[in-house]
Amino acid sequence: MSTKVISLVSIGAHPSSGRARRAEQDSRAVELGLQLAGGDLQVVHAGDPHEEALRGYLGMGLEHLDVLEQPAGADVLGVLGDYLRGAGAQLVLTGSQAETGEGSGMLPFLLAEKLGWPLVVGLAEVESIENGTAQVLQALPRGQRRRLKVRLPLLATVDNAAPKPRQSAFGPARRGVLAAQDVQVVDDELLGEEALQPARPRPKRLKVIKAKSGADRMKAATAKASGGGGKVLKDVTPQEGAEAILKLLVEEGVLR
Amino acid sequence: MSDIIRRDPRAEWIARNRLHPLHAAMQTQQTSWMGPNGLIRKNPHASAAGFIGPNGLKRIDRSGAQQGTASGARRTAAAEVQLPLHQVADPAFYIAVVPDMVGGRLGSHDRDLLGLAHSLAGNDGAVLAIVFGEHKESSFANAGVDRLLVIDGDEYQGYAPEQLVQGLRAVDNQFAPRHWLLPDSRTGGGELGRRLGAALGERPATRVWQIKDGQCIGRAGAGQQDMQRALPRLILAAAECAEPVSETRHEALPVELSANVARSISRIEDLGSVAVDPAKIAMAEAEFIVSGGNGVKDWPLFHKATTALGATQGASRVAVDDGHMPRDRQVGATGTWVTARVYMAVGISGAIQHLQGIGACDKVVAINMDPGCDMIKRADLSVIGDSAAILQALIDAVDNYRNGAQRDAA
Repeated sequence: MSTKVISLVSIGAHPSSGRARRAEQDSRAVELGLQLAGGDLQVVHAGDPHEEALRGYLGMGLEHLDVLEQPAGADVLGVLGDYLRGAGAQLVLTGSQAETGEGSGMLPFLLAEKLGWPLVVGLAEVESIENGTAQVLQALPRGQRRRLKVRLPLLATVDNAAPKPRQSAFGPARRGVLAAQDVQVVDDELLGEEALQPARPRPKRLKVIKAKSGADRMKAATAKASGGGGKVLKDVTPQEGAEAILKLLVEEGVLR
Repeated sequence: MSDIIRRDPRAEWIARNRLHPLHAAMQTQQTSWMGPNGLIRKNPHASAAGFIGPNGLKRIDRSGAQQGTASGARRTAAAEVQLPLHQVADPAFYIAVVPDMVGGRLGSHDRDLLGLAHSLAGNDGAVLAIVFGEHKESSFANAGVDRLLVIDGDEYQGYAPEQLVQGLRAVDNQFAPRHWLLPDSRTGGGELGRRLGAALGERPATRVWQIKDGQCIGRAGAGQQDMQRALPRLILAAAECAEPVSETRHEALPVELSANVARSISRIEDLGSVAVDPAKIAMAEAEFIVSGGNGVKDWPLFHKATTALGATQGASRVAVDDGHMPRDRQVGATGTWVTARVYMAVGISGAIQHLQGIGACDKVVAINMDPGCDMIKRADLSVIGDSAAILQALIDAVDNYRNGAQRDAA
C-alpha cells in the first residue's frame, strides 16, 4: 500500500503510580498504523527527545521516531501542522486524549481545522483505501459500529475500540533511534504549571427527596423501584401482545 | 389514600403567605374584582362553591376572606403541584445548550447540563436548547429550557458532524450566546463540542465538574489532575456537573433561525451502521437486552427469539443456577449492572436484587404470567400471558416487520 500513514504519539502516565509510560490510546494508534503500513509507518512526537518512555513505542517494531523538540508547556499545534503538511501524509492517527497535561482532546480537532482535513473520531478499523477515499469503521458507544467513507487526506483519533497494542520489546526499544528535530517554540500562556493540581474527589450526589408531606416522604423512603404508570396488557392474545412490544421496540429504535 | 377528610394546615399557611413560591397555585377563583368601567363584579359561583370543612360539611364563606384549596376540590397527597413558572420575556443574553438527546429524549447528563445552564442564566438570561432533527421529548419545560430551537432537515440525518457545526455557527451568529454548554460524553456531545471549539476558535474547558464564582474546575490528563481556570465561553461539562432543574417550570418557547444554514460539502459519507454480533457486546454496555428467568420453559425458543430481535441475552439468577444460561449472563446485584436502553424481562418476577441491576435501564418490557409481580410494577409495558406463545408471536411479528421493510425498500 502506498498510502503514507503517520501516528502522533505522546507520553502517558501510569494510572496509579503516575510514572511515564507509552500512552494507552497512542500505542493503539501506532498498532493500527503498523497493521496498515508496516515498516513504512512514521511516528512523531512533539516534546522532549531524551524522554525514556518514548522507547516504549520504538519497542513495538519501529526503527526510528521523529521528535520535534519542544519544552514542556509549549503549544505544539503549529509545528505539528507544518510537519504533517511537509510530510505529505495521507492518514494521520492519534489517540483521543493525552494522559498528561490538560488532556482536553482538542489537538486532533484543531489540527484538522488548521489543515482543512476531515476528521473521524473513534476509528476502529480501516477496511480499504482506494482512489483517494478510505472506507473505515467508526466505534460508537454501546459496542456499535458505523461504516464511513472519507476523502483522504484524513485525520483520525482512536479510542479503546481500536486493536490492542502489541507488547513493547526491550531490544528494539534500545536499538531504535529518537531523531530530534529543531523547530520553533510557541508558548501556551494558559497552561501554567500552577493551573494543574492533584484531582480532588468529586462530591457525591445526595438523593434529595422533595416530598411535600410526611406521607410522601414515608412512601419515598420505603418504595420499591417502580416505573409508575406502566401499561399492562391483560387478557390479550399473544399476537396483540407481540405487536405492542414490537411497536415499543421500533419506537425506541433498538430493532435493526 | 384514605377518604378521611383532613385539613391541610400547610396549604392554608401557603395560601396566606404571599411570599411563598407556591402561593399562586393555592389561590381560589376570584370572587369579586373591579370591572373595566369601575363596577365591582362578583362571581357568585366561585363564592357559592365554598370549601369542605374539617368535618366533611360544605361551608360557604361570603366574607371574601375564603382561602385555601380551589373550588372545593380536596387536595390529595398525589395531586400534582404546579411549579412556579420561570419567565424570561426579554432575555439579556442566552446560554446555549446542545443536549445529546440519546434516543430522542433528554438523558440525565442533559438534564444536569440544563440545570447548570439555568444557574448560569440567572433571572435575566434565557437557556436556549438546540435540538437537531426529530425528538420524542415532551418535558423540555420541566427540564429548564426557556427557548427551544429545533433545527430540522435532511442534511442533519445520519452522521454529519460538519453540517451540525454549520448549524451551530448559524446559532452563534444569530443569538451570540454568552456561554455554549455541551455534554462531554462519548454519545456525541464531546465530539461536537470540540469541533465547535475548533470552528469558533474558542478554547473549551473540558470535563468540567464544578462551576463556582466565575471559575470552573475540570479533570485534566488521565483524571489524576484538576485544572482550574476562568470560565470560558465554551464549556464541555461532565456528568453530574450540577443539579437538574426541579423547582421551576419554564416556557420552552420555540424559536427559529432567521438565516438559512450554509450547507457544507460533506467529506464524510455515512454508509450506515454495521451489524455487530450482539453476543460479543459486553452486557454492561449493551443497548438492548432480553433476559430470561424462571418463567421461561422453552430455552431454544428463547435463544431463537433473541437472535430474531438482535438482542444481547441476559438471565436472572434462577436461570443461571438451573444451568440454562452461563454465569456471566446474570443480571442483578450479584451479576452485571446493566445500562440498557430497552430491557425485556421474560418470565422474571423481579427480585429486589434483579431490579437493582436494571435500575439504570430506560424502558423495561415485562412478559409474565403473574400480573401482581414486582417486575410488572417496574415495567413500562407488560404483557400478561404465556411466555412461549408471546415469544413465538414476537418472532413472527419481527419477521413480518423486517420483510415488510425490505419490500418497501425494493
